[in-house]
Amino acid sequence: MGLENRSDDNIITTTVDKVINWGRKNSLWPMPFGTACCAIEMMATLASKYDLSRFGAEAIRFSPRQSDLLIVSGRISLKMMPVLKKIYDQMPEPKWVISMGACASCGGVFDTYTLIQGVDQFLPVDMYIPGCPPRPEDLIDAVMQIQRQIDSGELPKGTLSDANSASVTG
Amino acid sequence: MSEEENDTTSSGKSPVVFERVKEQFQDGVLDLSEEFDELSLVAHRDSVYEILEFLKNDAKLSYDFLVDVTAVDYSQMEDVLTKYDYARFMVVYHLYSYKTGDRLRVKAPVHEKELSVRTVTSLWKGAAWLEREVYDMFGITFENHPNLRRILMPDDFEGYPLCKDYPLRGRGERETFDFERQNA
Repeated sequence: MGLENRSDDNIITTTVDKVINWGRKNSLWPMPFGTACCAIEMMATLASKYDLSRFGAEAIRFSPRQSDLLIVSGRISLKMMPVLKKIYDQMPEPKWVISMGACASCGGVFDTYTLIQGVDQFLPVDMYIPGCPPRPEDLIDAVMQIQRQIDSGELPKGTLSDANSASVTG
Repeated sequence: MSEEENDTTSSGKSPVVFERVKEQFQDGVLDLSEEFDELSLVAHRDSVYEILEFLKNDAKLSYDFLVDVTAVDYSQMEDVLTKYDYARFMVVYHLYSYKTGDRLRVKAPVHEKELSVRTVTSLWKGAAWLEREVYDMFGITFENHPNLRRILMPDDFEGYPLCKDYPLRGRGERETFDFERQNA
């Protein structure tokens, strides 16, 4: 930009959206929805060895109103699905959803009368993680991919309309 | 378990608990067996409550802890069906004695046409939820139970999923799941 030519080296110009997205991607606040063994791997991801705080996502919120990344880690039954949907609905936009592991993504080995065969039937899932359970590296990879999505200005799948969340676009 | 001390099973003699129950309830006891060091007692549906009460309150036996209440659907096991007059279900009680360290399994055959057993919540309060689970999964009702409704499945669920004739993938609950209503 022409403005930068006339200023010192320590001044850059950008757009507000770029700055906001840069902040968003580096401070994702996950809402954990751990119902099974995937939650154990999620806990390991947050603990000191894998240390999700290296990616700015260590501020786990148990209130959906304070979080913007829903991590569905575990099997979801028909009885639990309304609870999960209610929690998702309470999260402020923009919000992202990770479906962690085989059970959340497709029902896994539990092809039974009581289990939701994939939470994407009811929630807009942005990132699927395969595995039973996935390793912590896989969860870190999913978080990093979400960060890349945010950085590129891509809208989360659950965005109601472009007009409602114009500030997300880059 | 400490059967060697209390129940003289190793010498081929019948365990003490079997002797005691047999002399108290002649007709109420249908079968006594010991396999893999586990004692099993099959009791008539109408006298199972009295037998459990006796096992709990007897000072010597003192089976004071109810470990579990569950049920089994024997509809596909011909040998068991013929043995117990085609009773489809068995309600199973697992007992433990803190005093002697002994365990005992008490089973009661239940026919499909009179699908109920007297509740044991008056003996063990902890039986309430266990019996609710049996009702939820098998449809067996418990007379005089204080709060007999489903415990795991949704309240409006139809059918009893642990019955052998219930299809594993359900009867279309997953497909017809009325999400909006559930979420209201």
